[in-house]
Amino acid sequence: MINPNTRIGVLTLIAAFMLAMMPLPDWAQAFRPDWVTLVLIYWTMALPASIGVTIAWFAGLMLDVSHGALLGQHALGLVLVIYIIHAQHQRLRVASMLQQSIVIFFLLLMKQALVLWVNGIMGHAPDTWLYFMPSLTSALIWPWVHIILRDLRRKFAYKTHY
Amino acid sequence: MQTLFLQGPSVTLRALILVIASIALMTVDHRWSQMEIVRNTLSHLLYPLQYTIDLPIRLYYWADITLSTHQALLDENRRLEELYLQNRIRLQKMDILERENLRLRELLSATPKSGEKVLIAEIINVDIDPYRQLVIINKGSNDDVYISQPVIDASGIMGQTVHVNANSSTVMLITDASHALPVQIDRNGLRANAFGTGKINYLDIPYIAQNADIRVGDTLITSGLGGHFPANYPVAVVSHIERSPDEAFARIKAEPLAQLDRSREVVLVWHNPPQPPPSEDDQP
Repeated sequence: MINPNTRIGVLTLIAAFMLAMMPLPDWAQAFRPDWVTLVLIYWTMALPASIGVTIAWFAGLMLDVSHGALLGQHALGLVLVIYIIHAQHQRLRVASMLQQSIVIFFLLLMKQALVLWVNGIMGHAPDTWLYFMPSLTSALIWPWVHIILRDLRRKFAYKTHY
Repeated sequence: MQTLFLQGPSVTLRALILVIASIALMTVDHRWSQMEIVRNTLSHLLYPLQYTIDLPIRLYYWADITLSTHQALLDENRRLEELYLQNRIRLQKMDILERENLRLRELLSATPKSGEKVLIAEIINVDIDPYRQLVIINKGSNDDVYISQPVIDASGIMGQTVHVNANSSTVMLITDASHALPVQIDRNGLRANAFGTGKINYLDIPYIAQNADIRVGDTLITSGLGGHFPANYPVAVVSHIERSPDEAFARIKAEPLAQLDRSREVVLVWHNPPQPPPSEDDQP
């Protein structure tokens, strides 16, 4: 019997990957939130004992494959983001939604900057500030992601830490 | 069971190891091709998701055909038959020309142009990266697709495969910022390189002298130099030329002929680059 927490975690992560690849109209693509990172951040905050940097690294490699990027680009950024979230999860849990959003905004900026840095070395860096838009949209959508995932977890999982 | 203290290496140590592993992976992936195995394994997990995302669009196309009226199908059939006839007539002439070409090449004792095998693939409709020009197609190494294989559509060169998995491949379009394609002008054979810009609607043609014979409206075709692409396929039409006296080269833009953002079906080409005749030095 699979642990219900694991099951709901895996299902939400799959949903996040699908949202990340869902075709959007051209103008909307630049605004797509970083769903995979948001979902991982939530699960790291909720279940820090079972979700951590290793899972984040594998999810990052999957993102690299789906983006056709160098293997390790997104993995590097995701590991750092999840490491910081993991180290600070107790503080973040009691922070207000607004404060959480601000933290997530800066963490995602860092992740995107790392990806951009490698893209720049590879010679195909985008030349528009819109590149950083996903950090902003992710931070804006974070409260909803948080509430939806929390409700899902309370409904389907038996432990309630947070 | 949940323990109060984490078991195994500390989170900091694990994060550090993973960071180093990421950097090592990036270096290896950039320089060597061994990492294709890792990529292929992971894309086996991704493929069902990509297929599911594409499913509604597939269903839409299916419904579009199934629900179309008898009359519409008849009309389409008639139109296609006319087109077929026209193409047949054009092909007849092609056949004669090809045979003549072969004969002339034999006279010159040049290597004959080998026939090209083709396979139709469908684009899987998933978003990859808004700042890259990549698409995924539904054919892979099970159909003998190989890395840097040319991909074309009905009107021109689309790009080449960059990653090949069992049932799908990633295709880099000619407009990707890291793509370059050796071309020539079909009017006078002037050779150039067409660089992708990251924008879907134009290519950059750098390093063309100010006084070179190139005009707006010239068609660029593949030159076959470089060996990846077969020669003489249409690529783009020159759309913009800017000659300013204070620069060494003219600024030239060209519009790709392939329907890069509209094609659903693409064609993979198996192309054998002409082998140079074996020389004395090559013999063991």
